[in-house]
Amino acid sequence: MTSRIPNIFNKNKSKNKKTFISYLVCGDPSKDITLSAMHTMSKSGVDIIELGIPFTDPIADGPTIQKSIDRSLKNNTSLRDVISVVKEFRKDNNDTAVVLMGYMNPVHKMGVAKFAKQINDTGIDGVLIVDSPPEESVILNKYLTKYKKSHIYLASPTTTDQRMKNISKMSSGYVYYVTIKGITGSQLSNVSSIRKNVNKIKKYSNNNLPVAVGFGIKDSSSAQKMAAFSDGIIIGSSIVELIHKYSNNEKKMNSKLSTYISSISNVI
Amino acid sequence: MKRKINLKNYPSKSGHFEAFGGVYVSETLIHPLRELFSAYKKYATSASFKKTLDSQLKDYVGRPTPIYYAESLSKQLGSSHIYLKREDLNHTGAHKINNALGQALLAKKMGKTRIIAETGAGQHGVATATACARLNLKCVVYMGEEDINRQSVNVYRMKLLGAEVVSVNSGTKTLKDALNEALRDWVTNVDDTHYIIGSVAGPHPYPMIVRDFQSVIGYEARNQFKKEYKCLPDYLVACVGGGSNAIGLFHPFLNDKVKIVGVEAGGSGIKSGKHAAPLSAGSPGVLHGNRTYIMEDENGQIKNTHSISAGLDYPGVGPEHSWLKDLKRVEYTAVTDDEALDAFFTLTQKEGIIPALETAHALAYAFQLAKKLKNKKILLNLSGRGDKDIDTIAKLKNIKL
Repeated sequence: MTSRIPNIFNKNKSKNKKTFISYLVCGDPSKDITLSAMHTMSKSGVDIIELGIPFTDPIADGPTIQKSIDRSLKNNTSLRDVISVVKEFRKDNNDTAVVLMGYMNPVHKMGVAKFAKQINDTGIDGVLIVDSPPEESVILNKYLTKYKKSHIYLASPTTTDQRMKNISKMSSGYVYYVTIKGITGSQLSNVSSIRKNVNKIKKYSNNNLPVAVGFGIKDSSSAQKMAAFSDGIIIGSSIVELIHKYSNNEKKMNSKLSTYISSISNVI
Repeated sequence: MKRKINLKNYPSKSGHFEAFGGVYVSETLIHPLRELFSAYKKYATSASFKKTLDSQLKDYVGRPTPIYYAESLSKQLGSSHIYLKREDLNHTGAHKINNALGQALLAKKMGKTRIIAETGAGQHGVATATACARLNLKCVVYMGEEDINRQSVNVYRMKLLGAEVVSVNSGTKTLKDALNEALRDWVTNVDDTHYIIGSVAGPHPYPMIVRDFQSVIGYEARNQFKKEYKCLPDYLVACVGGGSNAIGLFHPFLNDKVKIVGVEAGGSGIKSGKHAAPLSAGSPGVLHGNRTYIMEDENGQIKNTHSISAGLDYPGVGPEHSWLKDLKRVEYTAVTDDEALDAFFTLTQKEGIIPALETAHALAYAFQLAKKLKNKKILLNLSGRGDKDIDTIAKLKNIKL
C-alpha cells in the first residue's frame, strides 16, 4: 500500500500540529521489547517510527546508538528480523507510519529489489539509508517510487544550495534535516541557522515536501524550539537511552516512555 | 570481446571504478569530500606543489628508494630473480610516509590546522604524526585498543612526535573501528580538520588521492628497472590489506605486459574462516564509504578478521583492487600466518633485512613463485621494516625481551 507519511503530515498540518518522529534500534534488548515500545510510542503521540536496522559499523552514530546497536547485534538481529517486527506491529496498528533506517550493506546483501518488495509486502512506509546519498541510491529510489513508498534523504548544514534542490527532488515523505555537523546524540547548535536552512529546503522543494529536523533534540523545550519552524521533529538517542535504562522491567519502561513521549507531543 | 581501456584513467568523475568505489557516506560528509577533491585538483596537480612534495620526498623521506636484487636468496630458490623495492628504507620505515606527507602538505594548503588519522599497525599513525610534527599541525590518531596492545612501540613513537593517540574500544577494537571513529571525528570537526586516510579505502576521492601519492613507488621502480635491467619485471608482488603499497606499485604498470599478484592475509587458512582476505574469500558490499569486496555474514554484518599482522587485519580493501580483480588484471591470493612467519625469518636470515609482518605475506608468495617459475624477474614491494613486530615475534617464540 501507499506510504502513510504524506497523509500524516497533512492531517497534522490541518490540526496545526507538528509531526512527531521517534527512532529506536530494533532488537535492543529484544524484538519483543522493541514491539512493545513501538506500540507504547504510537499510543502516546508518535506519528512516525524510524526503526533502526542494526549494522556493525554505524559511522554516523554517536556512542548511545552505537551501544544500542551492539546490544541488538548480540542477539544477531538481522534485516529480516526487523521486517518481521514490523509485520507483527501491523497486526495491531495500521495508522502509525514505519520507516526503516540504517546503513547500506545489509540492504545490499539482501538485494535492493528484494528489499523493496519486502518493504511493500510488510506495510512499511519508507526507507532512510544513512550512507546512501542520492547519487548512490538511484536504483533503490526507482523501486521505492514504483511501490509508492517514501524515500527519505538527509540534508545537513554543509549541503550546498544545488544539492538541496536535488535532494528535495529525489526525496518523498519528508526531508530529514540534520541540525548539526556531527553524529547522533550531539548537542544542538545555533537555532537561527537551523531555521534558515529549513526554510531554504522548503523553498527549493517543488512538491511541498515536509522538513523534519533531527540530531540533538532531547526534551520538550528543544522539541518546541525546533517544531516552531519545521514540519516535524525527530528524537533518537534520548529514546534509545530510556528504553535501555528500563528494559529489564517492561511495564516500567512503557510507563516512562509514555510519559516522555506525551511531554513532547503536548508541546509540538 | 576484450575491451581495450586505459586502466590508468580511473576512477570516473563520480569516483567509481565501474561497479566499485563511490561515495557511500552520510550527507554531512559530502561537502567536505567535494572540497577535498577540488583542493586536490587545484593544488596537487600544480607544478609548485609537485616541486615541494618532490623535494620533501627526496631530502626528508630519502627517495628514491633503491631496488635491491636478492641474489643469494634467489639462487637458493631456483632460477628466477627476486628484486626488492626498498620502501622499508623510507623515513619512518614504510611506504606510509609517501601519502601522509602528500596529504599533510595538501591540508596545509587548504588551511586546515588539525589532522586526524586511523592506524592499524601504527605505521600510518607514525607517518602522519611525523608529517604533522614537520609541518606544525595538530595530530590525533585513532587506534583500536587491541592494536595499541600489540604495537606499543609505535604508540610511544606517535606520542613522542606530539600526537594524541585515542584508544578505540568499540566493535572489534581494531583498524576498522579506528576508521569508524576517525570518520565520526571528521564529520564533527570538518571546519578545521583534515582526515588523512592511510589506505586506498574510504569514500572518493580518498582511494584516488592515496593511490596517486603512493604511485611514486611504481613510477620510480619502473624507471629504475628499465634503466638497470633494460626491461620490465615479469611479475609484481605486494601484500594487500587496504592495499595502498600494492596499488602504489601496481598502478603505473597496469597498461604494461606484466603479471601482477596481490597477497592477502590468509590468517589460519581461508578454510578456517579466520583470515582477512576479502578478495580471496569475500563478496562485494558497502563499507567505509565505498563499494568493494568485504568480509560479511549472510545478513550483511561485517565479520571479524584475523591476521598476525595488524596492518592487514581489515575486512575491506581498496575499491580499485576489487575492480582489478573482477577485470582479472590482477590476481589476488592469500598466504597464512605461518607462511608469512617463515618468510619473515628467511629474509632476515638470508638477506639481513627484517621485513614488516605485512610485507612478509608478499615475500612468502614471491618465494613460492620463484621456486615454481623458470628464469623470471619478480619485483616485490618491500613495503616496511619489521622493527615494530619484534615484540610479536619474540612472544611467539616465547622469548622475553
